[in-house]
Amino acid sequence: MITLKNVSRTFLLGEESVHALRDVNLHIERGEYISIMGPSGSGKSTMLNILGLLDRPTTGTYELDGLDVTALTDEEQSQIRREKIGFVFQFFHLVPRMTAAENVELPLVLSGAHPDERREKVTRLLDEFGMSKRARHRPDQLSGGERQRVAIARAMIMDPAAILADEPTGNLDQTTGQEVLHLLEELNSRGMTLVLITHDAALGSRARRHICTLDGRVEA
Amino acid sequence: MIMRTRDIARFAWHALEGARTRSLLMVLATSIGVAAVVVLTSLGEGARRYVRQEFESLGTNLIIILPGRAETMGGSAALASGRTARDLTIDDAMALQRLRGVEQVTPLNLMEGEVSARGRRRDVPIAGSSSELQHLWGLSMASGRFLPPQDPRNATPICVLGSKVGRELFGGDSPLGQYVRLSDRRFRVIGVLAPKGELAGLNMDDMVIIPVASGQVLFNLSSLLRIAVRTRSREDVAAVKDGIKRLITERHGEEDVTVVTEDALSSAFDKILTALTFALGGIASISMVVAGILIMNVMLIAVAQRTGEIGLLKALGASPRQIRVLFFAEAALLSTVGAIAGSTIGQAGSFVVRRLYPAIPAYAPVWAVTGALMLAIVTGIVFSVLPARRAAALDPAQALAQR
Repeated sequence: MITLKNVSRTFLLGEESVHALRDVNLHIERGEYISIMGPSGSGKSTMLNILGLLDRPTTGTYELDGLDVTALTDEEQSQIRREKIGFVFQFFHLVPRMTAAENVELPLVLSGAHPDERREKVTRLLDEFGMSKRARHRPDQLSGGERQRVAIARAMIMDPAAILADEPTGNLDQTTGQEVLHLLEELNSRGMTLVLITHDAALGSRARRHICTLDGRVEA
Repeated sequence: MIMRTRDIARFAWHALEGARTRSLLMVLATSIGVAAVVVLTSLGEGARRYVRQEFESLGTNLIIILPGRAETMGGSAALASGRTARDLTIDDAMALQRLRGVEQVTPLNLMEGEVSARGRRRDVPIAGSSSELQHLWGLSMASGRFLPPQDPRNATPICVLGSKVGRELFGGDSPLGQYVRLSDRRFRVIGVLAPKGELAGLNMDDMVIIPVASGQVLFNLSSLLRIAVRTRSREDVAAVKDGIKRLITERHGEEDVTVVTEDALSSAFDKILTALTFALGGIASISMVVAGILIMNVMLIAVAQRTGEIGLLKALGASPRQIRVLFFAEAALLSTVGAIAGSTIGQAGSFVVRRLYPAIPAYAPVWAVTGALMLAIVTGIVFSVLPARRAAALDPAQALAQR
């Protein structure tokens, strides 16, 4: 479903060019659970950004669901991002002035979906995640684990092709982190492609397939 | 790709609500600008209408003759040539009476003097004129009658009192048939004016009116302040004006008078005051540009503060265009609210002006109100272009890296 072919990403740092990714080839099947591990600066963030269409490869191609997305315009990429990719971040990135339900609803709002449809989907998803009672709370009234659940619900609301989770437990305590991970794994067991980006080897090893990034190169 | 308009508005509204103080300040800045335009132009327009009314109350088929020749470049021909203009006299006025198209000629002198009766004294303006003045100034009588038609050369010792002067000199008694003293001469009161208030800057209620010749005797004058000529119809004005110039030139040897028509006078004032209103509106508009710059500044801060949120919106699939639209919407909402608040405040301001100065019809002209509203909204949006572009151009990966 996801295919990277000879992807490189070079940043210009002053006069010097830094190779964040060098000639990466990667294929991810639908429904896979894959972890991308590596120390900071190894290129895993760049990898995440490229997989999430937040960044473009300098060379190489990225095929998502059979479509070469590297050739698309910014506007078209936005649409792909909205419909096919769900992000889960280390720092949750919820909009502080919005309630849990409104945060979950946001991608649907951006897509111009009908309010009735939005309400129905949000209610169903919050219910599924055991967050119904918290729907009207703002992020600062929620615990870390609850915030991440809301964030995962938001990532799921558009029924994406894959979830990219960037250190999803990095800002949570051990127990809560485990719960959140279980939730993500449960989604994967129901067929959702899950890409877990982490520097934590113990966490990464839970995935069925691990790849390591080191100095911009990917090792299976 | 398109967000629902209601959702855009709601998002913008919540974003503004999230930064309440900042939003209120921006609304305030815009509203002050709009209110300033509304109030200032209503003052200018009020002054214009006031002056117009004053002129129209003098009549539209009126020609005023003033001694001396006014030049457009200031000064007078008489001054330049070292000669003084000849006075206007009662004889001039009588000669004018015989011109074709002339219906009425009113000679006028205005003086200051002391009137006394029953031991009470008042300093009052004294008008020396003729029976025609009643029509010219639209005076009505409370009791008695106005100056009778007579040869203007007759210095009859009779007078008409303004309502206030009559009351103050004679208390509750009727002044009719009584005598008042002007300087050292006795005048019989033949009438009292009905209360009238101000007319052309003179308070009619304070006025004492006597025959023009009596005034000249009293103050030892041979000249007139001015002569008002009323033509039979409006169409006669131009012809009579020429006739007056010819006649005066014939009598004085040169055209040493200024002949003014009500039309010319009032349209000159009209032009001046309209220009003034525009100028006031323009000056006030500058404050709106200042408000626009403030909006830009604050929006730039908002973009910096909400970097994380913008990055998130991008990650959730908001296109650069959507981000721009959202920030536009915020600016548009702010400046619309500010503009409406400002015009309400401005209208309230001109209402207060009208209550304080009932004579001045201080209504803001429609062009000024709509112009101010449009300008406020347009500047709000124009000045949000830069912040909105900056927000849309944010690198989402970097934006999200911030906590």
